[in-house]
Amino acid sequence: MSVIVLVEHTGGNIKKKSFEAVQYAAQIAQQTATTVTAVVLGSIADAEMEALGNYGASKVIHIADNRLDELHARAYTTALVNIARAEDSKIIITLYDINGRAVAPRVAAQLKAGIVAGALSYPNLEKGFAIKKSVFSGKAFAWVNVLSDVKVIMLMPNTFQLSKTDGKATIEKQDISFSEKDFGIKVTAVNKVTGEIALTDATLVVSGGRGMKGPENWGLIEDLAKELGAATACSRPVADTHWRPHHEHVGQTGGTIRPDLYIAVGISGAIQHLAGVNGSKTIVVINSDPEAPFFKAANYGVVGDAMAVLPKLTAAVKKFKEQHH
Amino acid sequence: MKILVCISQVPDTTTKIILKDNDTAINSQGTTYIINPYDEWYALVRAIELKESGIATEIHLVTVGKADIEPVIRKALALGGDEAIRIDAESIDPYQTAVYIADYTKSAGYDLVLCGKESIDYNNGTTGVLLAELLDMDYIGFATSVKIEGNVAIVNREIEGGEETDSCNLPVVIACQKGVAEARIPNMRGIMAARTRPLKVIAPSAITPLTAILSYELPPAKAGVKLVSADNMDELVALLHTEAKSI
Ligand SMILES: Cc1cc2nc3c(=O)[nH]c(=O)nc-3n(C[C@H](O)[C@H](O)[C@H](O)COP(=O)(O)OP(=O)(O)OC[C@H]3O[C@@H](n4cnc5c(N)ncnc54)[C@H](O)[C@@H]3O)c2cc1C
Repeated sequence: MSVIVLVEHTGGNIKKKSFEAVQYAAQIAQQTATTVTAVVLGSIADAEMEALGNYGASKVIHIADNRLDELHARAYTTALVNIARAEDSKIIITLYDINGRAVAPRVAAQLKAGIVAGALSYPNLEKGFAIKKSVFSGKAFAWVNVLSDVKVIMLMPNTFQLSKTDGKATIEKQDISFSEKDFGIKVTAVNKVTGEIALTDATLVVSGGRGMKGPENWGLIEDLAKELGAATACSRPVADTHWRPHHEHVGQTGGTIRPDLYIAVGISGAIQHLAGVNGSKTIVVINSDPEAPFFKAANYGVVGDAMAVLPKLTAAVKKFKEQHH
Repeated sequence: MKILVCISQVPDTTTKIILKDNDTAINSQGTTYIINPYDEWYALVRAIELKESGIATEIHLVTVGKADIEPVIRKALALGGDEAIRIDAESIDPYQTAVYIADYTKSAGYDLVLCGKESIDYNNGTTGVLLAELLDMDYIGFATSVKIEGNVAIVNREIEGGEETDSCNLPVVIACQKGVAEARIPNMRGIMAARTRPLKVIAPSAITPLTAILSYELPPAKAGVKLVSADNMDELVALLHTEAKSI
């Protein structure tokens, strides 16, 4: 009956957001009087998996098959469905990210489970099994009630604060026989963005719009990002005119991010832009036009020329870091 | 090669969301509906390009919805598409919607199913994957380019922390996002032609939903922006540290 949670890792290092998913699963396990079984796929050391106990997993099932080092959604599904059946699990949790979104719906279809895509709350059991999620690109929230016996939840990353406990997990090795079609997709080239912080995982983001005037001024954005340890993003016209790469484009038609801090520089704050960033916990807007709509969605604002403000902000961050070390 | 494009209708991106009936429903009065941008700009336009280049022979569009969504489907037909199928049901639960489409698709013999990476109303992004599972097909999500070479789809897609190139035998379901194609505007000829293209209405299969929306909430209004002088960036950093606790 345990709550099953899929754990992601990059090259053997468990992702922070997966600890968050395990902790989320532990809370639900407590609500429903059961325990958490974390599922880890691919090559990873036992010592790394032991840390899952600190976030509430009581058991880790490790399938070491190195074909699982890359996302093969159907193989991941086979693994999760097998384990869920063996454990007679009623609740299966993944993240609402690229990997989770490729796997969870397949698991749900096989187990005839209702899905919550992008959970922002624990289930409200008084109302049934109702979970809050964002709809209309952040313009509203919906409470989705899962009616089926088995439930699949994709947790929105960066929703809950992590807190470590001294809990311990036992690690169990399993072999699962996969079929050929579990590996039907052949990966012919991989291009991992290295050095930069991945935008979707970043807790701090500095973003530039057309007010930055041209790509030659992006050094100012990058300097601030580097000082903060932040990722960089941009508005759609900036990506469309190739000032910045497409993967940085956020908004209705680009990426959706929910960092702790979003600093928007020279971005007007069109509703389609806000759709991608309005889940940010804190928003800082730097804009020369005091009437820019973005100020209405911001927590902090600076009215001024970005070219003048950015170096000052970067210097202030640097000073702050020196004082706090 | 026959392509199926899944089309969903969504409120126009600038729509203000107003709740009604004790917050259990969205007030749709006065709302303009559009084709979900990911379905239109990327999936449908790519299908049209594949037909223009002689790779695809036929494009069908499928949608789940009641008769009031037909104008949106006509608009999709005006962009391109030889035939549309409307499954006459409300789309409320991802699983139910996918079963409706899968039951139609099973016997229809499509080589390629294209959809958008998610719809901008419920932001689930589940239809394509569910459909693939129900049809026992492969699925590639977050595609940024889609090429067809013979019986193989060559797809660039976003992965966690980068991009990869995949190849996969047809049939396959591909969910498209930015990069797959450039937006187009329907022309007069297309609009005229769309009027005469078949729009078939079929009855949904009997399947109960696995989820239901109990109620909605609007986000709390922002407390108001705190302005900091451009000459006092130390203060901004201090606020971000002590008040916002974000650094
Ligand atoms: C269907 C649809 C989908 C869309 N999807 C997206 C999307 O995903 N993402 C997105 O971003 N947009 C999207 N858009 C476009 C969106 O409506 C806006 O046009 C776009 O966000 C504007 O980008 P911007 O703020 O960079 O540029 P602008 O609107 O041109 O704003 C530039 C801002 O910079 C300020 N500025 C100028 N000079 C300076 C200076 N020296 N210092 C400081 N500030 C300065 C100006 O006051 C202004 O506020 C979409 C539009 C549609 C119709």
